[in-house]
Amino acid sequence: MSVKKFAVAVYDDEAVLFPAVKKVRSAGYKIHDVYTPFAVHGLDVALGEKESDLHVAGFIYGITGTATALGFMGWIFTTDWPQNFGGKPTFPLPAFIPIVFELTVLFAAVGMVLTFCYLNQIMPGVKKHIFHPRQTDDKFVMAIEVTDENAASTEAFLKSTGAEETKVEMAEADWWYGRFDQKEEYEIKQQLA
Amino acid sequence: MHLKYESVIREALVDGKKDYHQVTEDICAPIENKPTKLWKIGFFLSASLLLFGVFSVGWEVYWGTGVWNLNRTIGWGWDITNFVWWVGIGHAGTLISAILLLFRQGWRTGVNRAAEAMTIFAVMCAGQFPIWHMGRVWDAFFVLPYGNTRGPLWPNFVSPLLWDVFAISTYFTVSLLFWYSGLIPDFATIRDRAKTKFRKAAYGLASFGWAGSAKHWQRHEMLSLVLAGLSTPLVLSVHTIVSFDFATSVIPGWHTTIFPPYFVAGAVFSGFAMVQTLLVITRKVLKLEDYITIGHIEAMNKVIVLTGSIVGVAYLTELFIAYYSGVLWEQEAFRLRVMGPYWWAYWAMMTCNVVSPQLFWFKKLRRNIWFTFFMSIIVNIGMWFERFVIIMSLHRDYLPSSWSYYTPSWTEVGFYLGSFGLFFTCYFLFAKYFRLLPLRKSSLS
Repeated sequence: MSVKKFAVAVYDDEAVLFPAVKKVRSAGYKIHDVYTPFAVHGLDVALGEKESDLHVAGFIYGITGTATALGFMGWIFTTDWPQNFGGKPTFPLPAFIPIVFELTVLFAAVGMVLTFCYLNQIMPGVKKHIFHPRQTDDKFVMAIEVTDENAASTEAFLKSTGAEETKVEMAEADWWYGRFDQKEEYEIKQQLA
Repeated sequence: MHLKYESVIREALVDGKKDYHQVTEDICAPIENKPTKLWKIGFFLSASLLLFGVFSVGWEVYWGTGVWNLNRTIGWGWDITNFVWWVGIGHAGTLISAILLLFRQGWRTGVNRAAEAMTIFAVMCAGQFPIWHMGRVWDAFFVLPYGNTRGPLWPNFVSPLLWDVFAISTYFTVSLLFWYSGLIPDFATIRDRAKTKFRKAAYGLASFGWAGSAKHWQRHEMLSLVLAGLSTPLVLSVHTIVSFDFATSVIPGWHTTIFPPYFVAGAVFSGFAMVQTLLVITRKVLKLEDYITIGHIEAMNKVIVLTGSIVGVAYLTELFIAYYSGVLWEQEAFRLRVMGPYWWAYWAMMTCNVVSPQLFWFKKLRRNIWFTFFMSIIVNIGMWFERFVIIMSLHRDYLPSSWSYYTPSWTEVGFYLGSFGLFFTCYFLFAKYFRLLPLRKSSLS
């Protein structure tokens, strides 16, 4: 758990969000994250994110599937249990193709989804801080990590970028095991303060 | 903020002036409101059908597959007909979400989530048939290649029936992953709107803690794209492999190289028809007419008329090749299909699959809801008969003394009805508790 202080800006439209991201980055602020209700094309580029390498992982998993299927069936047909079906070859490659293909796809898909969950640190039971209840509905939320000193100035700067709502709040920066129907300790403390 | 990016050429994918929030409100309304009377009646009927199916299958397991009317010549009957039929229906979802994603067809977003769900439920139904046909169903795991003390004795990896095991289970798994990874952000939306503690907790679990971070969305887009790329050949492979069950045998009428493309086209044909049947009802009952528009329905009708015509050409090609091959057995098999004891099934198939979809060349009919609904059912009846006709090629073999006729017993009919029960029970639950439409930029602009 690492509870940190964030300046949060809520935007109404992606047309406002894009110039805001540009301004915030050129002013030298480091954006903690931007939360959007749907995939906004080009936002990753605007944020300076590298392209995802997930497809490379998928390729490696796929190749693993191909090798597993070919190796396993080849070993069974030639070594472990060779049988003579009317003199047909013991390594009938064309007849292996369907299963080789299916396992390639299966390994690639399952591996990629697991990698996706691992990279994003998501799974059932994981909880993350939701800065704005409508960030999964129609609002675009930007969070910048701040200290006690620069909190007010950062918030004012965010306001000037066209945010419809800004606030400074304490939030868990990472994920943790929790339930979405319960409030966390730091949230309760913040409400009391 | 309204949906500003409207094309002047194409009709809007969402009717009415709506902003993002209004879209969320409309789509989440069926989930957050109490179930309607119509929903309750539908759910009760489906669950009853499902129970009757469970009873029929229980009866079959208790007494053995002998309670089915299969006989010495016709070793495959309704069971495999229904299997192939359901697998075919299960093709539309992945086709819509994968192939149409790769072709950048914006209209798919209105229908893809429901179609993917339909795919998964249809494959679940399909899987029941070969499993329960095993008779000693407790030994069903024998089809899996696991280390054992019988040799070790392995399954036959060069048998099309084993290819089926791999193809159907892979297809089911990949479709499920594709569907669920798309649903995660939708669950997050429902979670953050939830009022009750239970809903927050349940949708919190289902959403995997999704918050909508930009980096996560980037990976999500990549995942969807690659899964779509993988699913596209996969969806084509599944019905190809199902058709190998027939095509690799040496039965006249089955041993043909046209089967894989002809089965795939037929699968898309029946799958889209089933999507139409469901969506025409869903959009009405859940008041989603603004999202599943006439434009969507027309686009799917165009796919139906295309694939229906491919299927029609395949039927005629089969007849011609039987004649042209000069093979007596082949000619006789097709003469029997057209004029034999099962002539009624053949002509039902021809009428429903080849003649009637051609009416969709008329724009007025393509955009008529009632006609579409009627046709979607006709097409699925036709596609059921197609499989029945192919399988009933078994009624005459090389030995006249074993020629026979087959009608299903009540357990076989009950099993089929039960599969409808399973399908619709799942669909009703899905429509109530899951988001039917995804909220994506592409669905709006």
